[in-house]
Amino acid sequence: MALRTPVNETDYLFGPTQAPIELVEYGDYQCPYCGKAYPIVKGLLQQVGDQLKFVFRNFPLSKIHPQARMAAIAAEAAGLQHKYWEMHDVIYENQKRLHHTALLEYAASIGLQMDQFTADMEREDLAAKVDGHFYSGMRSGVSATPTFFINGEKYTGSWENDDLLKYIKSTFP
Amino acid sequence: MLLTQSQAPDFELYATPDQKLKLSSLQGKRVILAFYPADWSPVCSDQMALYNEMLDYFHKANAQLLGISVDGKWCHMSFSADRKLHFPLLADFEPKGAVAKAYGVYNEEIGECKRALFVIDENGTIAWSYLSPVGVNPGADGIMDALEEMDKNKKV
Repeated sequence: MALRTPVNETDYLFGPTQAPIELVEYGDYQCPYCGKAYPIVKGLLQQVGDQLKFVFRNFPLSKIHPQARMAAIAAEAAGLQHKYWEMHDVIYENQKRLHHTALLEYAASIGLQMDQFTADMEREDLAAKVDGHFYSGMRSGVSATPTFFINGEKYTGSWENDDLLKYIKSTFP
Repeated sequence: MLLTQSQAPDFELYATPDQKLKLSSLQGKRVILAFYPADWSPVCSDQMALYNEMLDYFHKANAQLLGISVDGKWCHMSFSADRKLHFPLLADFEPKGAVAKAYGVYNEEIGECKRALFVIDENGTIAWSYLSPVGVNPGADGIMDALEEMDKNKKV
């Protein structure tokens, strides 16, 4: 399966735009497997360095993870203040506590301008962006989280331990 | 497995402990039948969790989703409550697997439904079907493709 919505200007990129390897994760902030994948991906980004750019898109399963969509909107709101990845990290590092007050605490802890942040949390276009991520993931064959795409193709192997890193290193020597 | 363009066999199965649902009562609506092996097994619950999020999209396409397995109505009730599912789970329980057999998606060896999807059009004709390997979550994109294709054909 291919990624039907290519990486575009609405995505936040971690790593250089021109990097030859593009890793896209569809994830859910409240999903325990995504929580497990978070340090693995972070380690991978350090190891592969500027050969790779990383994009995170939201795939919240809201009926079983009722706080996931709000957390996703919080990361998008932080992105408007150029702190997307700081918020992404602090959310995954505190995954078990994602209610509204907690999100405000995390936003303050990474130095967001709070009036702006609380106002942005209500923005319809951010919610629509998160829903759009879900739809693009579903149309690209995402059926569970986390699902990874490498250079536009769905990765169906294991991502646990250093399996994903090994795969990337062997595919892009 | 029944072929595309064949008539979807009618059935009446328990959707809740005291209510039955008849396929033909949904005529005029599209129906997505998701046969799955068992409540509580890992892949099904992922698959059903995904479909649970898809209900708005299905609804917009005038489609009703129905899950079907050989589990009994009380098991379905408990599974559905636990996973907060907002669509009916039908119990193909007595005679066991009769509907799955009629659709050609019963696994005689283990006594469960295979993991199969059918999209049925407004007139009760099978418009699309898909048999997934049992351990693989088929996702929802095939269903959405089929629904979009039906819209296209309608306009022509």
